Amino acid sequence: MTGSISRRNWLRAGLASAGGLALAACDRITNSPTGNKAISSAEGLTRRAQRLLIDRKALAREFQLSDISADFKPNGSIDPQDPDYLTLKAKGFADYRLVVDGLVERPLSLSLADLKALPSRTQITRHDCVEGWSSIAKWQGAKLAPILDQAGLKPNARYIVFHCFDTLDGPMDGAGRYYESVDLLDAHHPQTILAYAMNDRPLPVAHGAPLRLRVERQLGYKQAKYIQRIEAVADYTHLHHGGGGFWEDRGYEWYAGI
Amino acid sequence: MAKPKTVLVYRHAVVTRLTHWINVLALTLLLMSGLNIFGAHPALYWGQKAVFAHPWLSIYSVMKGDDMSGITQIGPWHFNTTGLLGYSGAPGSRVPVAFPAWATVPSDRDLADSRHWHFLFAWLFVLNGLTYWLVGLAWGHIRKDLLPTAKDLRPANLWHEVVTHAQLKFPKGEEARRYNVLQKGAYLAVALVLLPTMVLTGLCMSPGFDAGFRWLVDLFGGRQSARSIHFIVAWTLVAFVLLHLFMVVASGTWNNIRSMITGRYAIVPDEAPTSPGGVA
Repeated sequence: MTGSISRRNWLRAGLASAGGLALAACDRITNSPTGNKAISSAEGLTRRAQRLLIDRKALAREFQLSDISADFKPNGSIDPQDPDYLTLKAKGFADYRLVVDGLVERPLSLSLADLKALPSRTQITRHDCVEGWSSIAKWQGAKLAPILDQAGLKPNARYIVFHCFDTLDGPMDGAGRYYESVDLLDAHHPQTILAYAMNDRPLPVAHGAPLRLRVERQLGYKQAKYIQRIEAVADYTHLHHGGGGFWEDRGYEWYAGI
Repeated sequence: MAKPKTVLVYRHAVVTRLTHWINVLALTLLLMSGLNIFGAHPALYWGQKAVFAHPWLSIYSVMKGDDMSGITQIGPWHFNTTGLLGYSGAPGSRVPVAFPAWATVPSDRDLADSRHWHFLFAWLFVLNGLTYWLVGLAWGHIRKDLLPTAKDLRPANLWHEVVTHAQLKFPKGEEARRYNVLQKGAYLAVALVLLPTMVLTGLCMSPGFDAGFRWLVDLFGGRQSARSIHFIVAWTLVAFVLLHLFMVVASGTWNNIRSMITGRYAIVPDEAPTSPGGVA
């Protein structure tokens, strides 16, 4: 009797410590650079599989007015305190200029009025946060593809980088500024717009005023807010920590289609 | 009286055994990394979008005076789950997190890294499942071993199996060579319904996938519904595994484990065999 109880306790202790060791091993893999690279290796496979199986021009679902969320949650920066942003905000973004440069034939500098005069698209779409929640809103904005065409991408341009006004991490020395990047496939997708209106009103500050990206087939962190400048690049690894985006530099996938 | 001789019969093909153990590894890591991912937004909704004020399930922490409590809400009910859910860990070192550190990979809440683990093992799980199905269909494992026969489905037999299982009396002799109808039903439900549902509801949370397969998202009732179903089916699988492990122990731990490693399962042939020694 005692024998079987102590054997059971031993078994239980053995299983618990084996589990603990396995868990500790998982943490060590996660925290070592090589291990982390190994567990992150599925990203390329996922991107290629999605690009292979899903029509490259497939549209994200668009919803009805009645589907719009009453409680769309602003995330990340919701009220940037960066001085250059505050200066623009104080004047209602009247002095705002979107700079388009990098690997382009004709760099652009566009005011909000210029942007509103460009070919636009209005879409009611679902915003899927990496955290797991979704909210639906109506977005209106200038289509990105015609802007890139106007600027004329050089043949070696492969990615479009969005530099933002907001510092999401650390002191306002530029290092913690938000940025994002997409490849040319997503940049030219018909639903990829630079939104200046949300639910028929000027884009609120919490949601990225005056201009934010909508790249509808990817997660929320790709939808860069407070866009200051668009840069065409051949490669993004020289920017910040080399991940191609603020959250990418902090471990998240560059391809946020899943 | 002589002790009845046991004979070893070849019960599980190598592909069944291999895919079984790969599934054990993949599902364990998928569950544990999934619980960590859930911690990033520990609330579930129905439909396409979240209505933040009205989750059907949520796990959170709340301050009452100077004390923090972990609360699990399901519909109108609120349960105090301090120590386990919402506010977990040993007293004095508790943290406000949906699932406790010992149940998640990595142990600390980390959405980026838990997603890496989850998607890596999702690929292993999908490739493993495809192997199981392709080989199972080609070699006849599904048809011969898992599909119930007309005899299996007779009400009298179903009733007999339910009663004997409830009494923990398991088939012996010739009957033990094959799966009984409850085993067939359980394994088919897991392999045919529950595991594929996990993959499909998982994919329906992907905005990239959704652009190409809107009808599938509709089938599950929207992205947030898919996330809820993913969660419910995950726990259904945990319940299956617990029952499965209980049955393994109740019907002979070592014999079952050996059969899933070497393929050989020991049975005691029926008394007064018609052809002595003819079974091995």
